[in-house]
Amino acid sequence: MSSIGTGYDLSASHFSPDGRVFQVEYAQKAVENSGTAIGIRGKDGVVMGVEKLVTSKLYEQGANKRLFNIDRHIGGAVAGLLADARTLVERAKEESSNYRFSYGSPIPLKHLTDRVSGYVHAYTLHSAVRPFGTSMIVASYDADGPEMFLIEPSGVSWGYYGCAIGKAKQQAKTEIEKLKMKDMSMKDLVKEVAKIIYMVHDEVKDKSFELEMSWVGEATDGKHQLVPKDVHVAAEKYAKESLEESDDSDEEEL
Amino acid sequence: MATPAFPTSFVPGPLWGNGPTPGQVYNFPGAATAPDQWGTQRTLNPSVTTTSVLAVKYKDGVVMAADMLGSYGSLARYRNCPRLQKINDKTILGCSGDYADFQFLSNIINQRVVEEECLNDGFSYTPPGLHSWLTRVMYNRRSQFNPLWNTYLVGGIHQEKPFLGYVDKIGIAYEADTIATGFGAYLALPILRDAVEKNKKMEEKQAVELIDRCMKLLFYRDARSLNKYQVAVVTKKGSEIRGPIVSEANWEIAHMVKGYE
Amino acid sequence: MEAMAMMPYQQEQTNHIERPIQHRFSPYDFNGGTVLAIAGEDFAVIASDTRLMTGFSILARDVPKTTQYTTNTVVGSCGFHGDVLTLTKVIQTRLKMFTYLHQKEMDTSSVAAMLSTVLYYRRFFPYYVYNIVAGIDTEGKGCVYSFDPVGSYERETYRAGGSASSMLQPLLDNQIGMKNQEGAKQVPLAKAKAVALVKDVFTSAAERDIHTGDAVCIHVITKQGTTKETYPLRRD
Repeated sequence: MSSIGTGYDLSASHFSPDGRVFQVEYAQKAVENSGTAIGIRGKDGVVMGVEKLVTSKLYEQGANKRLFNIDRHIGGAVAGLLADARTLVERAKEESSNYRFSYGSPIPLKHLTDRVSGYVHAYTLHSAVRPFGTSMIVASYDADGPEMFLIEPSGVSWGYYGCAIGKAKQQAKTEIEKLKMKDMSMKDLVKEVAKIIYMVHDEVKDKSFELEMSWVGEATDGKHQLVPKDVHVAAEKYAKESLEESDDSDEEEL
Repeated sequence: MATPAFPTSFVPGPLWGNGPTPGQVYNFPGAATAPDQWGTQRTLNPSVTTTSVLAVKYKDGVVMAADMLGSYGSLARYRNCPRLQKINDKTILGCSGDYADFQFLSNIINQRVVEEECLNDGFSYTPPGLHSWLTRVMYNRRSQFNPLWNTYLVGGIHQEKPFLGYVDKIGIAYEADTIATGFGAYLALPILRDAVEKNKKMEEKQAVELIDRCMKLLFYRDARSLNKYQVAVVTKKGSEIRGPIVSEANWEIAHMVKGYE
Repeated sequence: MEAMAMMPYQQEQTNHIERPIQHRFSPYDFNGGTVLAIAGEDFAVIASDTRLMTGFSILARDVPKTTQYTTNTVVGSCGFHGDVLTLTKVIQTRLKMFTYLHQKEMDTSSVAAMLSTVLYYRRFFPYYVYNIVAGIDTEGKGCVYSFDPVGSYERETYRAGGSASSMLQPLLDNQIGMKNQEGAKQVPLAKAKAVALVKDVFTSAAERDIHTGDAVCIHVITKQGTTKETYPLRRD
């Protein structure tokens, strides 16, 4: 890495001569070390999925969740340092609570994204602090339909129809691009999300993982919640079967 | 000497009366004022108020009722003030007294319920939990001489059994089978108590009929009441708020009442 | 002309505006209730009625003013019910902290001493609560401590507190203290006699005092622990 030893990477309050902030780039690296998280926005809702790597058999099942409820109508999926992520989720909850107290209605996702990314950005400006080693996908559903944004460690945020963060984000993005998600319902998307997470999981490097999925949309009455057990199991089954099929056909081709 | 065409100095005449001095705001009765020589004045009397709440425990739940009038002193100012609130499937809240204070606390409770739900840990506010919390909030505010001018009733199901609790603006709290606030304590409570004592295993239908009868009675006798009201029912199966219900009144014999001419 | 125009309109403004009839906010209320405690040789009896009132209204008929604090300490508290609830909560928290710290329950005499300091802490915005502590002392003897609302206290053999205290106290003076009797002998008070006396005096108090009634809740404390019974009173 060209940044090491130059002295320009010691604090977030210094640019390198070619205009980069290395501390922010290191934070982005922290995100890329984490298990993949994806989100797809369909016609009637958003589905998010997380490949939660389980690094020890001693963990309880369902421990260290990476999907969060931020408000009734907003959910978040995170990748990167989990402790940083929790701080960010706490902040997001506070912002949405604040908005409700001031204006008496649920916060629009655009506003929440702006507030949280502003907060994240503030941590890229000072030498006394370290940027967030976390990216967060936030999703919501309201009268204007589904929405999804991605907040990055740099403090930048964009709206997406499909996005992926973490280890296998490139491969996941390629898979998401194959979908016609704008015409798809949440119920169909759940299967695809499960399939993509199973597909991008690297069995050799990372032994075991738990699939976490949540959704928010018309079918959930505008509430963000974990995908119900039966739907989750069905999607998982679909994912495994369709991957086996493609394995078989690969072998035939050979 | 010729009079100048325009006056050299123009002083505007007085504006209309009964309004605010230009640059000032209306002086609402009961509003908080800035600190003066006697210190800060707090809300020590209510402004838009609501009247009685009635509630009764029956065999497998709780029924609560409150009308929808918001009074400004003796003026019947707002006719659509809901003041029964569903907290969750097991809990309901009823309020009488200052409507602004209710809305204030209601917002806080709602936000807490949202935050509770977001944790998704299988826990939720229980009726005795909410009741106990309200006790502390109300007592703290009274101790700071800045009370929330309300009486709250908490109804619900806890550990399979009906729960009904009372908290007022100075922190008095208790549980009972029948509770009524305001004028209801004088006019409806004796009827509620009598009915419950005579029929310890009351059914939902009977409890709702009893409450309906008392709401009508209150409309006839309480000058600060309205014949439009809501009814909340909680059972093991969940909680719901019904209404607005409009009770039919019959004033035909009113002219025979003597002594008020 | 000019002076008139400059007159402040403020004077027209309303200090005499009609307001809802409402007296000034008062942070206190009196919610009735009577407590009574008697110390015997190896037991103590403490009782309270179960009526909760405000003004002329009965709020509830089944709210005892006695709370068991430890295995052999029961406290009766009446006055303003909001303060009663708060004080009870504070004391119970302090007792819990004590048991965690010392791995034993607090003695009755220490509960009394602590209650005194808790009450005095609010000397200039008092808990409007009359307390009577009953229990067994470290020598196994029955004990009663009575308090005023700001924490002054003393150990006694019997005491009545609350709304009917002025009716009960002289009765106890006569029947237990053997006061104003000629040639009466002090005989040790039996447990059964004490309980019977409590029922009688509460029945009498309920006849005369509108703030006392519905039922009386009687705790009998011995070295072994505490028993509780309720006995009905008139409900009107």
